[in-house]
Amino acid sequence: MSLPFLLEIGTEEIPDWMIPTALENLRLLFEKLAIAHESIRLDATPRRLVLRVEGLPALEADSRERIMGPAKSAPAQAVAGFARKQGVTPADLAIETTPKGEYYSFVKNVAGRYTKDILAQALPGLILQIYFPKTMYWTGKGGPRFIRPIRWIVALLGDEIIPFELAGVRSGSLTSGHRRLGAREVAVTTADFEHRLRDHFVILSAEERRRKILGELAGTRVKADPGLLETLVYITEYPAAITGSFDPQFLELPAEVLITVMRHHQKYFSVEDADGNLAPSFVAVMNIAADPEGFVRRGNERVLRARFNDARFFWDSDQKKKLAGRKEDLANVTFQAKLGSYLEKTARMMTLAAELGGDRHAVRAAELCKCDLTTELVKEFTELQGVVGGLYARFQDEPEPVWQSIYDHYKPESMEDAIPRHRTAQLVALADKLDTLRGCFRVGMIPSGSRDPFALRRAAQGVVRILVEGKIELPLLDLLEGNQELISFFADRVRFYFRDHCGFKYDEVSAAMAAGWSNLVDLEARLERIRSLRPTPDFEPMAASFKRIRNILEQAKFPGGGVINPALLEPGPEKDLYDEFQNIAGQPIENVISRLRPKVDLFFDKVLVNAPDAAVRQNRLTLLNTLLAGFSTIADFSEIVTNS
Amino acid sequence: MSSFQEIVFKLKQYWADRGCIIQEPYDIEVGAGTMVPETFLRVLGPEAYRVAYVQPSRRPADGRYGDNPNRLYKHSQLQVILKPAPADIIEQYLGSLEAIGIDLRRHDIKFEEDNWEAPTLGAWGIGWQVMLDGLEISQFTYFQQCGGIDLEVVPAELTYGLERLTAFLQAKDSVYDIEWTKGFTYGDVRYKDELQYSVYNFEMADIPTLWKLFDLHEGEATRLVKLYDPKSPLKKRFPLLPTYDQVLKCSNIFNTLDARGAISVTERVGVIQRVRKMAVAVAQAWADQQANEVAQ
Repeated sequence: MSLPFLLEIGTEEIPDWMIPTALENLRLLFEKLAIAHESIRLDATPRRLVLRVEGLPALEADSRERIMGPAKSAPAQAVAGFARKQGVTPADLAIETTPKGEYYSFVKNVAGRYTKDILAQALPGLILQIYFPKTMYWTGKGGPRFIRPIRWIVALLGDEIIPFELAGVRSGSLTSGHRRLGAREVAVTTADFEHRLRDHFVILSAEERRRKILGELAGTRVKADPGLLETLVYITEYPAAITGSFDPQFLELPAEVLITVMRHHQKYFSVEDADGNLAPSFVAVMNIAADPEGFVRRGNERVLRARFNDARFFWDSDQKKKLAGRKEDLANVTFQAKLGSYLEKTARMMTLAAELGGDRHAVRAAELCKCDLTTELVKEFTELQGVVGGLYARFQDEPEPVWQSIYDHYKPESMEDAIPRHRTAQLVALADKLDTLRGCFRVGMIPSGSRDPFALRRAAQGVVRILVEGKIELPLLDLLEGNQELISFFADRVRFYFRDHCGFKYDEVSAAMAAGWSNLVDLEARLERIRSLRPTPDFEPMAASFKRIRNILEQAKFPGGGVINPALLEPGPEKDLYDEFQNIAGQPIENVISRLRPKVDLFFDKVLVNAPDAAVRQNRLTLLNTLLAGFSTIADFSEIVTNS
Repeated sequence: MSSFQEIVFKLKQYWADRGCIIQEPYDIEVGAGTMVPETFLRVLGPEAYRVAYVQPSRRPADGRYGDNPNRLYKHSQLQVILKPAPADIIEQYLGSLEAIGIDLRRHDIKFEEDNWEAPTLGAWGIGWQVMLDGLEISQFTYFQQCGGIDLEVVPAELTYGLERLTAFLQAKDSVYDIEWTKGFTYGDVRYKDELQYSVYNFEMADIPTLWKLFDLHEGEATRLVKLYDPKSPLKKRFPLLPTYDQVLKCSNIFNTLDARGAISVTERVGVIQRVRKMAVAVAQAWADQQANEVAQ
């Protein structure tokens, strides 16, 4: 008989962004139980995580278990004791031959357990194992931890309740509807669960909630915002979109500010007119079915008006003091306790921007870029730091490269974000990030594991992206003050960037970096060369040969250096290899690999490197070392993982 | 339409009906209702407790001379503590909104993640900000730690921003226009406070005097807390409540100095640490003092 299984964990409102991961985790935890099943379905709203599985057996299949007893040589008493313990006589025992000798054994039939019992036992622990980034306790100190309090649990296998208790809640067959549009207790079966929820204004499927929202947005020119859409999908049980408007006079404020208020503070979609300019309206998504009297629309409009008024108030009052006049105020803004104020940081950034090759605009931007931290608008909308400074600088007639550099200097804020728009802005962003990294590492504030309060990984990743994608050929290693921890921290970021972001293979990145990685633009070029060389037939055998050379040199403890003495070269493969190498010297590896490879192969085939004569041996090692060095400027090919 | 004070009456009655002690505001300046001993000290220990009170909350840096329609130096918080938090706490909270005339089938209510933290109190909790038609009207927190101590029993703390809530119900764009009671607006009652305290906090507070006061209150708090002896048979009569008052004084002076722009880079982190150290010391002594000896 095949049964459907339904588990609903009813909670108080779970943070939207944690839900998809929690569901995936729930799936894995269920699969680990290894109960036969046909299909799994996962759904969630902010108040429930739901697992539905089809095709479970009522009863687990019987299994056989082999139990080892005493050695064959054991006294009869011990054998009888073992048999008695298994509920049989010694005659029922078998003899098993093992590496340690012959032993009595007994094969026991283990009756399969009822799936209901397995689940009743496993589910409480399984639920508490679901991963959440931050958990709480609510029944008292030492009590169970979960993302938010669990208030009800539906656990059904076929028609039966799977009985268990968790955090004082007994599993049952009662779910709960929408907080205000549905009933507080709703009886359900595995068959009618989703329908019953819908009757009580809960749309269980996230996909369906997404489609409903998108359908209701269809008539409006909404600025696409997938991230916001996902938030709204997981913050509602019964979403409905409404459109509101605001006074067009607010459009005098920068679009960045208006959009931030709508997007980050109010979770509204902003709306564009036919030309792509911001329109004086917004779309909010409610968690109720409809707003026939316009209460919700008017409420949201009033809140937005207050927020915009605040922003305008801040904008106007901030203009009373220009950015340049705020620089000295940065003495009162802490950058980091051990690293002093933003005024000190500003001085360091100005020096660094010039050292990196920045012109007077870059230095000016470095001087002003942190000044917006003292403005009311940034205190209110911290996520607009940099952007506000850029807008104020433009308004206060700073040259275009200056205000744009200020505007962009926090970029890139993620792997998806663009790097600053031009070279001047890129150098200012580099100066900011490098100063932060150098300072933090100098005072020992080094990220470990998931602890990275100053977002130093993001800063370093930003440096790497700006250098590579901005094609800036600065010697990165010279900028790290010889701090070994910072250097290896950067090495990790460089490796991550080229491997995970650009898709180069692990060994290609290792090989190319082993030949130097201070100039990241050059590193990228070499990686490209290796990538295109790799599929050619000679590449991997050559890499294997290079690895062999490296091993030979290491084993011989070859100190490096030395000059090849042609007179000591043996005619044949050794001399041929030398001549070939002389011919191709200075040519890129792509052009010569096919000529070189047979010579190398033949050399290893016919020539004994470890020659009895010390001078000959030394000369051969020098030849191999020279060969290796000649091609190691692009990469250390011995790092390449080969199949041979 | 309910007036400001009617809304306060209704909410107090609602929570009184649910077993809360109705307290009057604490008579020392605080930045939030959480800092009042009725919350900060009562959440410690295993005893059940329910209390509600309106606490004027002073945040010197938020003053705007009475010019800004939504920002106040001193606003009124209704603070509700239910210890332990009942299983239907959210239902009870929604019921309180309905009690003041909000039909939640016609309004949009959302619980958005917002974990509260007060570094100066060594306190934090898990919870939400409650949004009503896009307006944040409440903070809802399950306390986890207070005074650096893991709580034995988890209380729920509900705070209502009474001015905002009233402005919402009365559909007013400015808090100064809300009706306090018939014939009096909020502005009639409170505008002078906003103007004069803004002038004091931003322009006239004498910085050396405030520092001196801070040091004096800190000295008294530190002196007292050092005298507390957990082994003393007379420890129950030790004046920890007056000690805590000294901590509250320091906290408010710190906020005023901060608004005045008098806290420099190097000082700021340090001063927060000083207040926190006092608050944590009092909380730990309090937990010891109130613990049941039988258990030991």
